[in-house]
Amino acid sequence: MILKPRLEDLKIIGFYLGKVILGLAFTMAIPILTGLLFREFNPALDFLLGIEISVLLGLILLKVCHTEKDLNWMQGMIVVSLSWVVAMLLGAIPLYLSGHWKSFLDACFDAMSGFATTGLTLVQDLDHLSYTHNLWRHLIMFLGGQGIIVIVLSFFVRGFSGAFKMYVGEARDEKILPNVVHTSRFIWSVSFVYMALGTLALGITGIFNGMKPLNSFFHGACIFMAAFDTGGFSPQSQSILYYHSLIYEVITIIIMVLGALNFKLHYHLWMGNRKEIFRNIETNTLFGTIIATFCIVAVGLVQIQSYPSAVLLFRKGFYQLISGHTGTGFQTVYPQQFLADWNNLALVGLMIAMALGGAVCSTTGAIKMLRIGIIFKAFKEDLKKIIMPERALVVEKFHHIKDVFVEDKLARSALIITLAYIILYLLGALVGMFYGHPFLNALFESTSAAANVGLSCGITNIAMPAGLKVTYMIQMWAGRLEFMSVFTILGFLIAVIKGK
Amino acid sequence: MKINYKICPIILFLILIGYLGSPVFSQGISSSELIKGAKEYDTKTVTFTGEAIGDVMIRGEFAWVNINDGENSLGVWMSASLAREIKFTGSYETQGDRLEVTGRFNRACLEHGGDLDIHVQKLRKISPGMRINRILHPGKKNLSLILFGALFLIWILTLFRHK
Repeated sequence: MILKPRLEDLKIIGFYLGKVILGLAFTMAIPILTGLLFREFNPALDFLLGIEISVLLGLILLKVCHTEKDLNWMQGMIVVSLSWVVAMLLGAIPLYLSGHWKSFLDACFDAMSGFATTGLTLVQDLDHLSYTHNLWRHLIMFLGGQGIIVIVLSFFVRGFSGAFKMYVGEARDEKILPNVVHTSRFIWSVSFVYMALGTLALGITGIFNGMKPLNSFFHGACIFMAAFDTGGFSPQSQSILYYHSLIYEVITIIIMVLGALNFKLHYHLWMGNRKEIFRNIETNTLFGTIIATFCIVAVGLVQIQSYPSAVLLFRKGFYQLISGHTGTGFQTVYPQQFLADWNNLALVGLMIAMALGGAVCSTTGAIKMLRIGIIFKAFKEDLKKIIMPERALVVEKFHHIKDVFVEDKLARSALIITLAYIILYLLGALVGMFYGHPFLNALFESTSAAANVGLSCGITNIAMPAGLKVTYMIQMWAGRLEFMSVFTILGFLIAVIKGK
Repeated sequence: MKINYKICPIILFLILIGYLGSPVFSQGISSSELIKGAKEYDTKTVTFTGEAIGDVMIRGEFAWVNINDGENSLGVWMSASLAREIKFTGSYETQGDRLEVTGRFNRACLEHGGDLDIHVQKLRKISPGMRINRILHPGKKNLSLILFGALFLIWILTLFRHK
């Protein structure tokens, strides 16, 4: 028998949701300061309105739903799922007020794309967007990449036992330090150190490339946030093509790869355990899949003779591949060029890379390397069992910070999530085909949305039907949260309707 | 000197053939047409019109300028002296100079890492850019004040409840 949720459940969910909303509201102070600094008063006003609405909503929830009780697992998961939806709605307010988005739905699309670190965009006339709004677009990637709950745990919560339940709900089941609040703060400290270095490197490169110093460092900070959080937004409409710079491409590749690594691995590297990078199953799998998928892309590009020399083929092919594999979505080709200059084989290679993603407990989306590695090991174990004599004891293990045996439970869990992602990719493709797009194009865009990548073959544009926009938004949300929180909220809704 | 009028039609015909066969697409092509039909236009001389946006990036004797025609922005490579004629580039604060560039279109430029670009031979400023004056939106300002009042009211109410 399904039990109908009690009023107490709703109050607890509302109370913690109110806390998350207040946390988010304070992040809007950063663009306001930027607006005042650049003397962009109208954009600053957009964010003032955003803060006011958010604080009002947060305070109302805190007062109406006030409780001293802690979260249980179900409530924690629901708070996480709803937090992302509410963040999208509130984050979209200043975007919509700027007048650069055709409708509030389009602004919500970009807000979800930003928070989920996808990078697909429906902005109009991006090249005339204010610094203030541009910073917010990139900041929401930075916040979403670390995790909305991680922000709240790091800066706005003193610590409560329900914290771990919310932390797990945000697709981060690995604790780096024993305490989740400390883990969250470590994630932020890593990000801030890399941010300082990355912004400096990109800023200086920009100046050498002929950009104005202020613009160069502003772009540097934005591109860093989008690269490290494997988001893919950029301050200009041409993505990385705007900069016309090999060094810029190399630096962004390094940042994208750093963003695709597990924060736990970062911790061990910071602690001096450098061997871990060579032994870890995730880095080894990532290395293997990059080589394998690049081979597919390269053969495809050679077949169609897209580029006049091997060097150019490598530069274009490898950049899009790393961008896709890490789930970033930066492009050094125009979206229409994917269909005009790349053949199906090259697109399939890129699509496989997008579908696989980076490491768990990183800022990437998609299936992720640990699961691919575990599935590969489980297959290997089963094959050995068939080949070896019946009495032989076959045990397969892998190294992920410590040595771990491949157990059925582990393999099953990895396979279920992988299957869920594949279904999500296919469902999105089906909706794309329903709106008249060819299968491969629809699958490419759907995979890009669900795996939180952001590469586009041109389907995502402002003229796209509202149904397809909503489909991609749901895919970005479900893909970022890795289903668990989404399944919980679906179960909760069923319980509300059918429960007794 | 006696003019042989019989050859006039032949000369006219040759001029016409020469004009039709020329690789110059002087009518002005949109960025979408160039990107989608890149193979067709590759290495041909094209004319492209749009607003200069972002930074004029001087690289030694040359410069990169990005031009937006309302559909996409394309990178154009020109001499630094030509680039210095550009006074305004599009941003939040400014409307950029509207330019017409004529030059060689490259689908995958050998010189520039395979980028799709135009190497400019001729630049014409169609209209100059300008600063955009923006005034504070009165509707937003009023709404902001109303919401501030509502927040203040809630804060007062919470104080009473606590007491």
